Amino acid sequence: MLNERKSKRSRLLWIWIFLSLGLIGWLAFSMFEASDKTIFMPGPMTSGHHQIGIACDACHKDPLPDGEVFQKACTHCHGDDRKKPFDSHPRSKFTDPRNTETLENINAQQCISCHTEHQPDMTSSNGLTQPQDFCIHCHADIADDRPSHKGMEFNTCNSSGCHNFHNNRSIYTDFLVKHLHEPDLLSRQTVPEREFSKILEELTDYPVERFPFRKLTDSDIDSPAEKSLDVVQHKEWLDTAHAGSGVNCSACHEVKQSDSDQVLWIDNPDHTACARCHNLEVERFKRGKHGMRLAVDLPPMKVVDARLPMKKEAGHEELGCNSCHSAHRYDVQEAAVDSCLGCHADEHSLAYKSSPHYRLWQKEMSGDAVAGSGVSCASCHMPRINYDVNDWMSRIMVDHNQNANLSPNEKMIRSTCMHCHGLGYTLNAMGDKELIKNNFNDKPAVEIKSMELAEQDQKRAEQESLQVQEN
Amino acid sequence: MKHIDKVLIGASVAISIAGIGTAIAGNEEFDKPTISAKTMADALHLVMDSDRTIYTRKIVNRLVKKDKVIKASEHFEDDKALVLPAQMFRFGSELVAKRAEKLADVNFSYSLQSLWPINKQNAPKTDVEKAGLKYIAENKGKNYYAKETLGGKTYFTAIYADTGVAPVCVSCHNKHKDTPKRDFKIGDVMGGVVIRIPMGS
Repeated sequence: MLNERKSKRSRLLWIWIFLSLGLIGWLAFSMFEASDKTIFMPGPMTSGHHQIGIACDACHKDPLPDGEVFQKACTHCHGDDRKKPFDSHPRSKFTDPRNTETLENINAQQCISCHTEHQPDMTSSNGLTQPQDFCIHCHADIADDRPSHKGMEFNTCNSSGCHNFHNNRSIYTDFLVKHLHEPDLLSRQTVPEREFSKILEELTDYPVERFPFRKLTDSDIDSPAEKSLDVVQHKEWLDTAHAGSGVNCSACHEVKQSDSDQVLWIDNPDHTACARCHNLEVERFKRGKHGMRLAVDLPPMKVVDARLPMKKEAGHEELGCNSCHSAHRYDVQEAAVDSCLGCHADEHSLAYKSSPHYRLWQKEMSGDAVAGSGVSCASCHMPRINYDVNDWMSRIMVDHNQNANLSPNEKMIRSTCMHCHGLGYTLNAMGDKELIKNNFNDKPAVEIKSMELAEQDQKRAEQESLQVQEN
Repeated sequence: MKHIDKVLIGASVAISIAGIGTAIAGNEEFDKPTISAKTMADALHLVMDSDRTIYTRKIVNRLVKKDKVIKASEHFEDDKALVLPAQMFRFGSELVAKRAEKLADVNFSYSLQSLWPINKQNAPKTDVEKAGLKYIAENKGKNYYAKETLGGKTYFTAIYADTGVAPVCVSCHNKHKDTPKRDFKIGDVMGGVVIRIPMGS
């Protein structure tokens, strides 16, 4: 009886050992070898990263990462956005020995000191975790230098877009003063012209030898006989800037194999084909929510994966270049409005077609107004910006990272609103949540004090100068 | 013939070894300290001051005041203008900080500070900075040298006077909205260059 009990206990012990070893082995495999590591995810992802939640390696480059590993991961995707237009708190500021004591309050050398993932309870509606008291640790005495700031609460620094840790000088005092008393609508109301076609010859990475600039005709078409286009596609292609500037069928459909000289015909080219000439646009697309899955080698995002309200019928659409720029036609006007509204169904998007902005767009499309005077979805969310192509040159391009100027929305002030509106009106509009919901279908109902404070500060300085001169 | 090959190969190997040996010996010699921290700081300051003087005279002053073809502005990007000499100096120091972080042996830092700073972040913070800026303002033509410990590390700190030499330096500071002092005159000490060199571990 005793032996039988011992034997049973021994069997149970072995089963427990085998199960434990199996569990340890499975966890070790999941941690170090498996591609799907979501079993270890400590909490839900923020809205900024949820699409790439399965690609744990994108941030956790090391199974047991430290702050520096995360830092490299953050700057790999967000580094450029932090630098432009101006980095107010560069890392070098905190490596200076005279500032070491400021690091005792907040380690401002690392993004994760303020921005944390997997913490939904700490995440605000814009998808960002951000402590409210980070300014006061170093700037508690600001009211001594700026009397206008006396009595302001410590958690109001970034209200109304006044201050942004990363680009603190985007709307600095002198800029506000320069734009005091501007009318709601400026006399010039157009967005900048795109420059891609104008400076093609200067772009060092444009494959000009393969696609010399010349207008192609029917007889130039170079697709294999069995792959020839139908009549509609043929006409669509001939009408594009592609055919107008020497970009033949083979440019997009033929891919040279990396391990041989063999050239393969691809029926449905993806973003990599576009990137051969539009590398910058594709790279920016991959930085935004539309294309971020492609940046970490995941399949394209589907509309159904979005957390924002979307049209149900569009749920299974995948997001690539051709989702908005339909293949062969590459209609940039369609991409600027209809493509967006084909999926987005939030209050702001649904109100667009009854907005004054849309009426301006219709006028431009019907030829009743000058080019660049219409306001499409893309005018604001994929604005034409002067972007640094490399260290030595820049060009006006459509920023295909539609998140770049979205949050906080004050980032939109310079890149978008100020092409047509005065700064004071713009600040008020960006601060009016109801107005944003109804897509600017009225005048702003809130008044942001920034312009008033800047004017007061200017008068104070003028008074001080005058007193010194009199003495 | 075979023997000649062997001799040539042997000679090549010997020359290579001798070359490497000489190179190593040379490196050892190069690594021996030959100047003091003070001399190093003085040399660095000479380079910084000369570069800034050339930028101020041959670029900014020539194009703004003589040829009158462009402005220089604190908001140089928005105003499509030249960067101010003090900004050029600061951008240089930020680039040095970024590069020097990876070079343990040359990990020095420098900044432009003032008892009357336009940007309050450029006011002296440490006791040595406060004492040094006061000293160079009160003792024209003299530098200030001291040792200080910051964040557990010891540094040799040198402070050099920064004097208003051109009318535009003085007028710009006097007129600036954020300046705490509006009566600078040409020749006044307006601030100081602070150079900090780590002393051992």
